[in-house]
Amino acid sequence: MSGLATFPEWAAVLVALLVIAGAAITLIGAIGLVRFGSFFERVHAPTLGTSFGAAFVLLASAVYFSVLQARPVLHEVLIFVFITVTTPVTLMLLARATLYRDRVEAAARQRPPAATGDSPGPGLAGAPPAENDSAP
Amino acid sequence: MSATIIFWGVAIAQVMLALAMAAATWRLLRGPRAQDRVLALDSLYLSAMLVLVTFGIRTGSTVYFEAALVIGVVSFVGTLALAKFLMRGEVIE
Repeated sequence: MSGLATFPEWAAVLVALLVIAGAAITLIGAIGLVRFGSFFERVHAPTLGTSFGAAFVLLASAVYFSVLQARPVLHEVLIFVFITVTTPVTLMLLARATLYRDRVEAAARQRPPAATGDSPGPGLAGAPPAENDSAP
Repeated sequence: MSATIIFWGVAIAQVMLALAMAAATWRLLRGPRAQDRVLALDSLYLSAMLVLVTFGIRTGSTVYFEAALVIGVVSFVGTLALAKFLMRGEVIE
């Protein structure tokens, strides 16, 4: 906190606005995670945080340390690139796993008509019906 | 003056990120099926990483950046392993 006395005010305002904007976008994504009805709607909501929420907070950090140390500090780009590359991979894999599970459970519900033990819960409201019979 | 601006901006942002973590925790505990919990855990990882970045801005040290980077990497590996587990029932085939 040594150089904070000479920290210029325009940079302070910029850092504060960027960090608040990023946190607000992440909060909106998390609220969407709570409010949406089915899983396939919910899987979209946290990507607000992984795209622009993380971008604004990391940009605020980069601006802050660049002005504080009077040299370009760009290592926050590393986190942003990593998050941007990995999030679609994990979420697409998760959505495919969900499709697979829905299909398996629908097939298991159709085959033995008597053995319907588990209720699927409200998360399965928009689940697609079983389209192929390849599921075990 | 600029110290005050940064202090309050970061404080407001940390409150918002804490609310985001609370929402993700609610979905993690409540979520009707396993994939909802995995998604909530991924969102929780992201919010924790951003909270660490804001702690780095608040204290002015770059130590928190490395912790945030490690959390990002662990979040990727953890969510990938859980998605694989939901798909097949085992992680390494």
